[in-house]
Amino acid sequence: MADRVGVEVSIAAAEAVKMAGVDVVAAYPITPQTHIVEHLSELVHDGELDAEFIPVESEHSAMSVCCGSSAVGARTFTCTSSQGLALMNEIVFIAASMRLPIVMILANRSMSGPLSIWNDHTDVMSVRDCGWIQVFAENGQEVFDHVMFAFRVAESRKVSLPVMLNLDGFVLTHVIEPIEYWDAASVKKYLPDFDPINRLHPDDPVTMGAFGMPGIFTETKKAQNEALISAMPEILKAWDELAGITGRQYGPVETFHSDDAETLFCTMGSSSETVSLAVEELRAEGASVGQVRLRLWRPFPFDRFREAVRGAKRIIVIDRALSYGGPGGPVAAELRAALYHEDTAPVITNFLCGFASRDVTVEDYKAMYAKALKIPKEQARQEDYIMYGVRE
Amino acid sequence: MEKLNVFASRLISKKEYFAPGHRACQGCAEVLALRYVAKALGSNVVVASATGCMEIISSPLPFTNWRVPWIHVAFENAAAVASGAEAGTRVLVRKGKLPEKKTVFLGMAGDGGTSDIGLQALSGALERRHNFLYVCYDNEAYMNTGIQRSSATPFGAATTTSPAGRAQPGQVTWKKNMPEIAASHNIPYVATACSSYPFDLMEKVKKAAAMEGPAYVHILSVCPTGWRIPPDQAIAVGRLAVETGMFPLYEVVNGKYRMTLEFPEHRPVSEYLKAQGRFRHLTPDMVEKIQARVDSDYKRLKAKEALEELH
Repeated sequence: MADRVGVEVSIAAAEAVKMAGVDVVAAYPITPQTHIVEHLSELVHDGELDAEFIPVESEHSAMSVCCGSSAVGARTFTCTSSQGLALMNEIVFIAASMRLPIVMILANRSMSGPLSIWNDHTDVMSVRDCGWIQVFAENGQEVFDHVMFAFRVAESRKVSLPVMLNLDGFVLTHVIEPIEYWDAASVKKYLPDFDPINRLHPDDPVTMGAFGMPGIFTETKKAQNEALISAMPEILKAWDELAGITGRQYGPVETFHSDDAETLFCTMGSSSETVSLAVEELRAEGASVGQVRLRLWRPFPFDRFREAVRGAKRIIVIDRALSYGGPGGPVAAELRAALYHEDTAPVITNFLCGFASRDVTVEDYKAMYAKALKIPKEQARQEDYIMYGVRE
Repeated sequence: MEKLNVFASRLISKKEYFAPGHRACQGCAEVLALRYVAKALGSNVVVASATGCMEIISSPLPFTNWRVPWIHVAFENAAAVASGAEAGTRVLVRKGKLPEKKTVFLGMAGDGGTSDIGLQALSGALERRHNFLYVCYDNEAYMNTGIQRSSATPFGAATTTSPAGRAQPGQVTWKKNMPEIAASHNIPYVATACSSYPFDLMEKVKKAAAMEGPAYVHILSVCPTGWRIPPDQAIAVGRLAVETGMFPLYEVVNGKYRMTLEFPEHRPVSEYLKAQGRFRHLTPDMVEKIQARVDSDYKRLKAKEALEELH
């Protein structure tokens, strides 16, 4: 491994895509994804990356081009945010059902309206059920590592599914962090050439994207879900082998001081690091508190999550999206459902915060902890949530 | 070519790349056009199809009529998918990951998938100069969903969303000139064709496929179901469309217009209109209006033909 260098996370992400030997990049500019695709186009135009950079006329076409290039067996990457994801939404679902191993970075940004270019998780939650493998990165190093991970898992013949790598817009994309690049030998060892099961080629004609009559549609959906669930062993293997190369061990659910803690924060994305600081301070003050960080959002790691929170009396779920008229935050809703049949289910309090990049500090998380302790179980129902810091 | 028609049929490959057994309506001239396109292109082709009649009649999982590689993703993105397949293959060959093979990348859609919902994706792919061929099978309405009007539906035609009502007698707008829009992208080749003229159609498709860069072929595809004609009249009505000047056959090679089939005199458009149930409500006034428009459009086309090559 090389030395750590100070670099903007977007640039590092683009460099990782380059090192992964990408063949086709199709993208349309949208803030805050832009620095990633700008750098990729620079690399192509400077002759440093032998790939086709396709500057499409919309995100819908970006994902459509990706479907075409992935179907012919090209290693394919795209990148978008919020409105762009919404515009390509139709094709995002189709890419998964066609089992096309496209890798997409989603620089998480609020969904309009009102228009906001800033960061939260309302975009990714709109495609929760699209059938992609969905992972979250907390910092720049994780972004770099997970670009390799994403291609490796997506293109595995045992998986053959698209992978969405979520990183928080601006909070991660536009900051400079110390990042250790991989050396070429490590990439070669970790990431084999893309060798698809089927490819569109005249030598061996195949039909892709046939339509399903009611007599067969249900079976295709069951098969697709089984494919996503049974990707888990390959996902775990890819993280273990990544640890062998980098020394950094990732997992679907990661914990911090969780073993003996009565109260656990549950977080996803870059806010996890701020919460870790709050946990440390609270523990120093004598609180019995820890943290569970969800890295893998789909396929959802039910067993690992239940194991990680076993014994906890209270879970404080930090959500960065809102299900209007529904159960508050989507993460809390999932976690409540996951624990419904447990004998000793913890009280789950749900804080919604950090919408459109509004700052949430260590002090804020400590305040949430104090508030959560005072909430009785009967006021922590499915539909109860607290929008932290809102001016009413 | 038209002078050699008596021999031409012997020069056409007997091989079929679009297999029989599809589910198109009786007398469908769109699937006939598709069969000719497939014949003209041969086996070294990758097809990206839009959602629509031709997709739905040929690919009920787990069956397929396609003997060549074929992909369907969605309705409005055939051009984008074809451009991705083309670019992906090009880079794999360049990097030595695939052997070199002369392959035609074909994007195809109906008139709705081309001139309405797919126009943006098509414009993007043409502008980016992908080396691909795009074929629009124009049956002048959304036939797959039940004969709703599109921007390619001709003035006056009754469809299920432009019905012949008391206040508005059918389609109230004029047919969008899609070949002209394609030609405005300054691409090497644009042509119109009709499955009633199979040799002309196949010759144009071959010519289009041989071009370096994007090519566009717009095929009038008679739809007996939607046009309210007997299935055995599809070829005759296609001929009337051309013979009346409603749908002129021409090509634009590197910006230079050329009529490919002309007549000493056009037949009156009323012959074409009277043959079809979708125009049965037209008043003499409206027929006159259509005749005037066809005449002036043809004049404009001839004026373009007279222009020197621009590119």
